[in-house]
Amino acid sequence: MSFLKIQDIHHTYFSNQTAATALADISLDIEKGEFVSFLGPSGCGKTTLLSIIAGLFPPTSGKILLENKPLKANSDLSIGYMLQQDYLFPWKTIEENILLGLKLIKKDEGLERIKTLKLLSDVGLGDTGKLYPRELSGGMRQRAALARTLAVDPKILLLDEPFSALDYQTKLKLEDLVFETLKSFGKTAVLVTHDIGEAIAMSDRIFLFSANPGSVHKTFMVPDELRELTPFHARNHPQYPMLFQTIWKELESLEY
Amino acid sequence: MNIEQLHNQYKTSLKKENRLIRFYQILIFIVFFSSWELLSRKELIDPLIFSSPTKVWHLFIQKLGDGTLLSHSGVTLFETVLGFIIGTLLGTILASLLWWSPRLSKILDPYLVILNAMPKVALGPIIIVAFGPGFPSIISMGAIISIIITTIVVYTAFREVDPNYLKVLQTFGATRTQAFREAILPASFPTIISTLKVNVGLSWVGVIVGEFLVSAKGLGYLIIYGFQVFNFTLVMLALMIIAVFATIMYQLVELLERKLIKD
Repeated sequence: MSFLKIQDIHHTYFSNQTAATALADISLDIEKGEFVSFLGPSGCGKTTLLSIIAGLFPPTSGKILLENKPLKANSDLSIGYMLQQDYLFPWKTIEENILLGLKLIKKDEGLERIKTLKLLSDVGLGDTGKLYPRELSGGMRQRAALARTLAVDPKILLLDEPFSALDYQTKLKLEDLVFETLKSFGKTAVLVTHDIGEAIAMSDRIFLFSANPGSVHKTFMVPDELRELTPFHARNHPQYPMLFQTIWKELESLEY
Repeated sequence: MNIEQLHNQYKTSLKKENRLIRFYQILIFIVFFSSWELLSRKELIDPLIFSSPTKVWHLFIQKLGDGTLLSHSGVTLFETVLGFIIGTLLGTILASLLWWSPRLSKILDPYLVILNAMPKVALGPIIIVAFGPGFPSIISMGAIISIIITTIVVYTAFREVDPNYLKVLQTFGATRTQAFREAILPASFPTIISTLKVNVGLSWVGVIVGEFLVSAKGLGYLIIYGFQVFNFTLVMLALMIIAVFATIMYQLVELLERKLIKD
């Protein structure tokens, strides 16, 4: 039985003039502990699908099952969501920021608190708890956002292009950090990206989306040799450019 | 040339600039009051209408001595501070309600526009008849003048909060109350503070007009009374005191701003 089951998802955005179908006929299964990527050109509905999985809005039709139970609004915090930018609250300290999720369910005291602060040092921000987000660099802020997401111990992590606003070097480092952190906690993750290299380096499986309407065009398995490596090393493996070329050609073919 | 020397040079140039600005500020103050005094003494301006700083000062000492000034200013200050607080608070609460229910805000939109466009002091006579000629009426005047504009400005600020902050909270399953407390309100503090600054001035207008109409007590009453008996020294004195109090209130709001906003 799959961990996360996405069944026949359709989604249409309505406005006064138009009814734009963003997603059609999406069905896919994700296993526990798996890291998958949604890859595709902009406008292919990959972020829409992620938002639907996160429960930000309901799909026009279709079902999403997590461990065989339908996912309603994210009331039990089983889903963690990371945005393109950190969106740390500038009026809160880093510590208050990463405790936000726990505070909302009134569990930000005692053991939970200590665990969360430990998480902060896991992402290499051990001594920044009392600082404000503006005092941190972009990469550090995104790491704090990762800690904030992990603090509520979600079963599955949704990553909405979390590295796209960072400079290249920071991005590579953060990819490794996220990869290793998620592996060590055994988390299931879904990454949305338009970066082929990032998808190959980080994931176990890649869903290539095509646009108009958004649907899964093809699924790629990342070879075991690459999966076991950290993203940085995967990029240097001889298998990497081969898969890159295959996906590149497939993307090219989508444009016509 | 070393860094420390350059830094010191930079610091002295900053100090110099600050001193120069302070000098001109004081100069304007001195020139204003001494030319007022001089023009009045030489009767280049009508001393009956424009009075003079020394006359105002003597009256100040005299009124301070017999205690009337203290009681009148106390009354006005009390009314203004209360009107200011009530106006800002009710305006912010109303803005929160509008944020809470987008439908309510759509329904009320045209009425807010009308109420905002209407000169609130024109309601004065009705308020005084309704609440009686006393504190409640005047405080209502001080409050009513700032409620609607506060509502509109603060509600706009609530709506302009980056929706991604709400998205973060939503992914944590936050309720609307929690979203309001954790993101909407703190993100809007800078706007709320700047409406406070506007409301300081507005409340003084409301209260002074209220006292004009009720004509029983307060600095507004002193102005109207001075006008009726042609004692313009009294009018000037009341104006000066209002200026001082309004400035102090404004400074207090700025102090609050520095405390509240860490950015």
